Amino acid sequence: MTVITTIKDVENLTLTLVAQFDATPDRVWEVWEDPRKLEQWWGPPTFPATFTRHDFVVGGESRYFMTGPAGETPRGWWRIDAIDKPRRVDFANGLAGDDGEPAPGVEPMIGYVTFEAIDSDTRMTAVTHFIDAAQMQTMVDMGMQEGMTQAIGQIDALLSSASV
Amino acid sequence: MVVASGLTEDQTDRIFGALADSTRRDILGRAIGHEQSISALARQYAMSFAAVQKHVTVLERATLVTKERRGREQIVHANRSTLGEAATLLDNYEQLWVQSAKRIADILANPKGEPT
Repeated sequence: MTVITTIKDVENLTLTLVAQFDATPDRVWEVWEDPRKLEQWWGPPTFPATFTRHDFVVGGESRYFMTGPAGETPRGWWRIDAIDKPRRVDFANGLAGDDGEPAPGVEPMIGYVTFEAIDSDTRMTAVTHFIDAAQMQTMVDMGMQEGMTQAIGQIDALLSSASV
Repeated sequence: MVVASGLTEDQTDRIFGALADSTRRDILGRAIGHEQSISALARQYAMSFAAVQKHVTVLERATLVTKERRGREQIVHANRSTLGEAATLLDNYEQLWVQSAKRIADILANPKGEPT
């Protein structure tokens, strides 16, 4: 069972997530490095991501788009600022314009992720620091839709179990 | 733009802008503990009454505090509902990440990489 804890720092616009996975650091690293694996978890499930570029090296950049429930395709980018495989990656994650390139004047959020072996597990610590409140709002708006979809799914499940 | 948390982007920027300063965070912290007069607040900091008043105005514009005139004094109250809205934004982002971490666990539990 994966244990997930979070620390929220409202004043400093920082979210820290700590998750312990039943896998080696190399395998956890793979879900970040392999774009086909990354697509399976990055962003809200109702906005599945497609990475069209993913250079997971220092100075490397990524481009991705997500496909929303109404067919909208918000675009984003990463820039890898530091990498120490399979221990640490620092990256910037920003919003892109319709051409997929970084939107001018929009500050990216900054992520610091560390991977630490604990017995046969890996503890992943992901820190997200927002520079721009508006961007957090954009991410949250998409997340809210996901939360609502989940809530509706739960209601459906309740209704179907009640009718048995 | 419809904002899920009930705040407009302008409001959000004002709230986080107001919270970006350590003196204002301290003033807000004191006001959360107990209502404060601006003159009592001014005695706590190595800065002028006017400077403290300016910080309170920034907090007031962000609707983090309200000011009330009581005789010669201006009393500062914390506005808990605005603080709650700011925390809600981060709560929602937190949920997003928790879901992602759960999906990473699913991928790792399914080494062949078949979509779950």
